[in-house]
Amino acid sequence: MKSISTLALATAVSSLALTAAADTKIGMITTLSGGGAGLGVDVRDGFMLALEQAGRDDVEVVIEDDQRKPESAVQIADRMIQSEKVDIMTGIIWSNLAMAVVPAATAQGVFYLSPNAGPSALAGARCHPNYFNVAWQNDNLHEAAGAYANDAALKNSYILAPNYPAGKDALTGYKRMYSGELAGETYTKLGQTDYAAEIAQIRASGADSVYFFLPGGMGISFLKQYADSGVDLPVVGPAFSFDQGILQAVGGAALGIKNTSQWNKDLDNTANTAFVAAFQQKYERLPSLYASQGYDTANLILSALDKADVSDADAFRDALREADFASVRGDFAFGQNQHPVQNIYVREVIQEGDVFTNKIIATGLENHADAYAADCKM
Amino acid sequence: MIRREQMCNAAVILLLLAIPLWAHSADAPFVITLATKVTILALAGVGLNIALGIGGLVSLGHAVFFGIGGYATGILASHAQTYEPLLQAPFVIEGTNQMPIIWLVAVVFSALAALVIGALSLRTSGVYFIMITLAFGQMFYYFAISWSAYGGEDGLSIWVRNEFPGANTLVPLHFFLICFAILCAVLWFAARLARAPFGLALAAARQNQDRVEAVGITPYRLRLVAFVVSGAITGLAGALFADLNRFVSPSMLSWHTSGEIMIFVIIGGVGRLFGPVVGAAIFILLEHFLGGISEYWQIYLGGFLLVIVLYARGGVIGALAGREVAHD
Amino acid sequence: MSLILVLEQILNGLQFGVMLFLMAAGLTLVFGVMGLINLAHGALYMVGAFAAAIVASWTGSFVLALAASLMAAATAGALMEILVIRKLYDRDHLDQVLATFALILVFSEGTRWVFGSFPLFLDVPPYLSGPVTLPGGIEYPLYRLAIIAIGLVIALGLFWLISRTRIGVQIRAGEADREMIAALGVDISRLYTLVFALGAALAGLAGALVGAIQSVQVGMGEPVLILAFVVIVIGGIGSIKGALVGALLVGLTDRLGSIFLPQIFALVMEPSSATTAGASVASMLIYILMALILLLRPSGLYGRSA
Repeated sequence: MKSISTLALATAVSSLALTAAADTKIGMITTLSGGGAGLGVDVRDGFMLALEQAGRDDVEVVIEDDQRKPESAVQIADRMIQSEKVDIMTGIIWSNLAMAVVPAATAQGVFYLSPNAGPSALAGARCHPNYFNVAWQNDNLHEAAGAYANDAALKNSYILAPNYPAGKDALTGYKRMYSGELAGETYTKLGQTDYAAEIAQIRASGADSVYFFLPGGMGISFLKQYADSGVDLPVVGPAFSFDQGILQAVGGAALGIKNTSQWNKDLDNTANTAFVAAFQQKYERLPSLYASQGYDTANLILSALDKADVSDADAFRDALREADFASVRGDFAFGQNQHPVQNIYVREVIQEGDVFTNKIIATGLENHADAYAADCKM
Repeated sequence: MIRREQMCNAAVILLLLAIPLWAHSADAPFVITLATKVTILALAGVGLNIALGIGGLVSLGHAVFFGIGGYATGILASHAQTYEPLLQAPFVIEGTNQMPIIWLVAVVFSALAALVIGALSLRTSGVYFIMITLAFGQMFYYFAISWSAYGGEDGLSIWVRNEFPGANTLVPLHFFLICFAILCAVLWFAARLARAPFGLALAAARQNQDRVEAVGITPYRLRLVAFVVSGAITGLAGALFADLNRFVSPSMLSWHTSGEIMIFVIIGGVGRLFGPVVGAAIFILLEHFLGGISEYWQIYLGGFLLVIVLYARGGVIGALAGREVAHD
Repeated sequence: MSLILVLEQILNGLQFGVMLFLMAAGLTLVFGVMGLINLAHGALYMVGAFAAAIVASWTGSFVLALAASLMAAATAGALMEILVIRKLYDRDHLDQVLATFALILVFSEGTRWVFGSFPLFLDVPPYLSGPVTLPGGIEYPLYRLAIIAIGLVIALGLFWLISRTRIGVQIRAGEADREMIAALGVDISRLYTLVFALGAALAGLAGALVGAIQSVQVGMGEPVLILAFVVIVIGGIGSIKGALVGALLVGLTDRLGSIFLPQIFALVMEPSSATTAGASVASMLIYILMALILLLRPSGLYGRSA
């Protein structure tokens, strides 16, 4: 059994970029296999790029694949905290996995920095001094889309999302800001791949626009079928369906569609320009939203480590709160519930040569915080 | 032959007990967590093995019972933590964080579900039975995903592990010993069951339905009872699994879970009493170590499973102990 | 509720059903002739879609892409049969389930290893894109009409193959009595490989056709696989006719249910909870249908009683 635990350690060490004698140990649990692995791969690559650039040898990262299963994520977290004694955790992509892991991790004194998921409970009533969200609260991008719909004088939206909690949050977020009428509201099956029925309803509903939240493969299917249906109402969506990783699979069907995001590769600041170039050079592909979030998360940790040792939890927490790092988003600050206060932009899908990508056309919401901060007693 | 299988069994159960005890003294809590996972999944497999191994009922829907057990834990515990009663009228039902009560609820509800599903599904046989149990599994899965009162797809977190009188369940070893004791009790029960007239008649119905009917036994009833017992045990395992993870979600109900429970049974050896224990242990260790070696570890897992099916008929115990039992 | 919407949903149901038929036909043939449950059938669907996406990006030709999907899936199927499946014919269903489950893992992660974690691009060819206006003023995507047509032609072809050709006679004989046809001097292992490759090719074609309007990604075969099983169980395992009827039934039930159930629920509930409750029941609907049919006819609609 002894050999087993040494082997576990050996395999963990083999997955590091940085070497031993580490003072700070970071555990990354993310999705690296099965459907949805693309998101985890991007977060990991962005994160590791930042660490590599910093060239520090006192930070060790242990990376594990959660297979997108909450049970696996919980067990990996237990192991990282109990056996490997990590100080900081990060990496989780999906809200349901975050809800399973984060409360227990923070309760055991570990810091958790979310590079992607932002469930409302963790922003509100269940907020925690050791929990920081470096991406967004789940509703944010949808709220920006609702605000954009008002600006674009859209008055009768048809909205749809999968029938699961994040889907309901998405439509709630959109409706929170949107002031027009609803031509219809549909919850589709999670993992659904054919949207002919919904598109027929959209056509029959007399809507003047469509808002949809269908992450991953669901969004690809919807967009291709929508483009082929001849319905030509304007479509708005959050960045998740228009991300660099999947845009090539959607192809021309996405051209011209407006989507909301807190980041884009054409954001004009030095940190971002350097990030996009370095990422392309190292991984030979354009960075995605997720990669930018992973990169920011790593840089935030590094900035705090420069000011305080992680073993001094209070000082380290204060250093994190200051968010004193060069974010690829430009201005970045934490609100009172340790969630971002940031600009959310409206992007349009364009084609550059053979590559489909986004460009920013407007600012949807400025210095936007989330709606749950008031419930957070910290 | 028989003696060799018994020796294997004794070695397996001693090892399963010795490793966590060692880990406790060596301060390696995660090893205990792994052993607990093996124990609980083995329990689920022992449940399935009663239907599958003795009764020949290939159920691809046992995740339903596993999930019901898990949700029994999750729902009762979450109500206990928020102090909101589960039911106001016509009478008040409070949540609870006492494991024995939760186990009772898990067993009762998964047995009820097994009774309904079994009564309907056992009208069919062969592939149709496999597929109708899969269909019931999918129904429960999609229901759980959209059941927003208890978290839907997000699942339900239990912030603190439930309590057991006289033990501190937060200590990994204590929780392991509770699970281990249950596994031993259920193994003893399953061994008795297989040798009792009921088990013999059930096995006979699997081997030759006509002959059993000729002596006046109704296979349908035998199988229904076996299916209910099997579902109840798997439900109990689900309740423990939720407590191990302090979390339940619809993925406990997915058809992959049904497939995995079946894999434990087959790797170990169908119809072998300790087959699921060995199978679960091998599966968990493979998952743990292959996962560290490569991002694409599931390729190796698939290859391993193929080798087992094609070349080690009767599973690992069959290969170790000789292959004359119950594999047809 | 306008009549046009209803008609459009019926077309959608037909299209979905025809697609399921292409998947289910191979499954049901393989089960009927060889008595084998193949969970890895969905992997062949994925192979077809990936092959089509690759060839389309090389050549830009959709027809070549479809041909590639047929060839690639048939080849993968034949290899699968020769290397693994062949050893499983005289095993029980349990071994078959486990072995083909293992094949799913190998195929899915193998594909991801070769092609990466990101979805591939495959689009409807220009001459089939966009909507057409049907009599009655229904605007309907031409591509989906083409899928319905292709599916129905293949269904007719299969019926012809089975009822009129020498191979068909052997297949029917194999379903009726496996030992007998070996005794008659038919090269049984060649027949089995052929049937398996045929089923695989149909699955691959389905994957490519659907891939053009959906997402070509790892794991795309699994949800379809489960539906295809529902189809053949409803239709009666081993029956091509049952597979066709079952596929159309499942396709129509699913499409019409997802639209009309929330509206029916809205008659008795408040709108917001009707939307979610209706969506929940709609996602369970085909499984409820399957359970009901099996309760009334334990061997499916056209199955021989067990």
